[in-house]
Amino acid sequence: MLSMTEKEKIEDEIRQVPIKKAACIEALKIVQEHRRWVSDESIRDVADILDMSPEEVDSVATFYNLIFRQPVGRHIILLCDSISCYVMGLKGIHAELTRLLEIQYGQTTADGRFTLLPNPCLGTCDHAPALMVDNDTYRDLQPSALVDILEKYT
Amino acid sequence: MERPLTQHITFPPLEIRQYEAIGGYQAVRKAVRHMQPQEVTALVKESNMKGRGGAGFSTGMKWSFVPMDVPGPKYLVANADEMEPGTFKDRWLLEGNPHQLLEGMIVAAYAIQATEAFVFLRWAYKDAAIAVRKAIAEAYDAGYLGKDILGTGYSLEMHLHTGVGRYMCGEETALLNSLEGKRATPRAKPPFPQISGLFGKPTIVNNVETLSFIPHIVNKGADWFKSLSRSADGGTKIYGVSGRVNKPGAWELPMGITMRELMEEYAGGMKNGFGFRGVLPGGASTDFLIEKHMDITLDFAGVAAAGSRLGTGTMVVLDDQTCPVGFVHNLEHFFAQESCGFCTPCREGLPWTEKLLWAIEQGRGRDEDLALLLRHTEWLGPGNTFCALAPGAMEPLQSALKYFRDDFERHIREHRCPYHDPVPAAPASAHLHHTHHL
Repeated sequence: MLSMTEKEKIEDEIRQVPIKKAACIEALKIVQEHRRWVSDESIRDVADILDMSPEEVDSVATFYNLIFRQPVGRHIILLCDSISCYVMGLKGIHAELTRLLEIQYGQTTADGRFTLLPNPCLGTCDHAPALMVDNDTYRDLQPSALVDILEKYT
Repeated sequence: MERPLTQHITFPPLEIRQYEAIGGYQAVRKAVRHMQPQEVTALVKESNMKGRGGAGFSTGMKWSFVPMDVPGPKYLVANADEMEPGTFKDRWLLEGNPHQLLEGMIVAAYAIQATEAFVFLRWAYKDAAIAVRKAIAEAYDAGYLGKDILGTGYSLEMHLHTGVGRYMCGEETALLNSLEGKRATPRAKPPFPQISGLFGKPTIVNNVETLSFIPHIVNKGADWFKSLSRSADGGTKIYGVSGRVNKPGAWELPMGITMRELMEEYAGGMKNGFGFRGVLPGGASTDFLIEKHMDITLDFAGVAAAGSRLGTGTMVVLDDQTCPVGFVHNLEHFFAQESCGFCTPCREGLPWTEKLLWAIEQGRGRDEDLALLLRHTEWLGPGNTFCALAPGAMEPLQSALKYFRDDFERHIREHRCPYHDPVPAAPASAHLHHTHHL
């Protein structure tokens, strides 16, 4: 069930658009902000509040890379896997990151601390390779820098 | 050299009072107080400003298609969903001078008499979101947004929408679907968004760099804009270079500088130990150019004459120690992943292309694969797909097959990647050992 806060925020979004459905992405973002991911139950709750079918909401949720339909860790690592980073050493960063975390793309560490995901171009190509952890962007990466970066997130 | 777009970029960006102190919002004052909406459009048309998002369509022309006599809401959208691999120019403008973008949006919105404006910003640009959100709030407080702007009777509401990640959102009709809360699949055209866009109302979608230029054109005129350029395409352009060059970066330069000037004077040439093999001149979905194209002018016509597209003007360099097959595989992996799946050639053809390239890169390529790849460049080419994603994806592939064919053939012939898997010290004995083992 959606919390009162989630409901209020979603209703606030509904007021800003001409038709209820148009708040669908915002509603999914709100749910994810509060729960870190969007469960089947949340899909049904969002569908109810927007007068949509759960299938329709799910078709939107599953379309977008950054709406998570599976549980994720406390911190999300988005490793840029696009062309400039590929040229500038993505392979080494990926190898060290998966070694340190002992997970592959799409997986979450056993302690629930990190989820590792590939992400298209982060738009900081003159400072490739790059990755994001939550809201922070790290640039000009060397594999040796990764330990210190990961330590900042508990 | 004048650099109107970037001269006032600072980190953190100028606050509204500072921006006003350097002449900011004068274009809004001039336009809404002293110009008719149609005059603004005519001025932008006269400047010959071509859209900086990749397609290069005349901005004033686009605005002129909006029906001005239709009552009800109209929309203006700034496309800030920068996600073309290798492109990092709009981030600079968004983070470094958000008021310049807002001012351009307000002027553009006035020109088409829009009632609401949106900044469609990609999720990853967190600092830009903070900067734009703050700038919008400041512009409301100062009376440049909201009801009865500067007492002229013109009203405009502005919103920031942060996306949830999908390359398709950069395509303007897919972007509009996303703003409506839907899957970001492209719409059939016509009707064009100028007639029937967001929620079925007339809508203009312009790139961040395009909109950021509008205040300067209003303040200084069409002739000034043209004089900035060295070519028929007016203005300055933000060019960028990434890859194994000495000074990767972005620079605002006169439209029409040569590739050689950009690569040597600004990007500082290739890094020591690396040679130049080719470049994608305008992002992932543009054809490779090679050494023989170094003296072309980097404007829409110059790059087109060389067989590619200026695109976003941000270049990715292929060096001589990066495998061209691996390079193109990386691009096609991206396009296959980001295809919306709506039309069959793109949904089926891109993964097929990616698998063929991966097999070649892994040493499992067959002689007939190159012909098959070439046929994909036709099957997925212009006219065979619903939108420009797949044709764009085919541009680097078709040109790689032309310019780096030897590399593809060598992968197939030697059953390995000559770049990632260095030649063994004793290839003959290794081969013997292999045979003996069999």
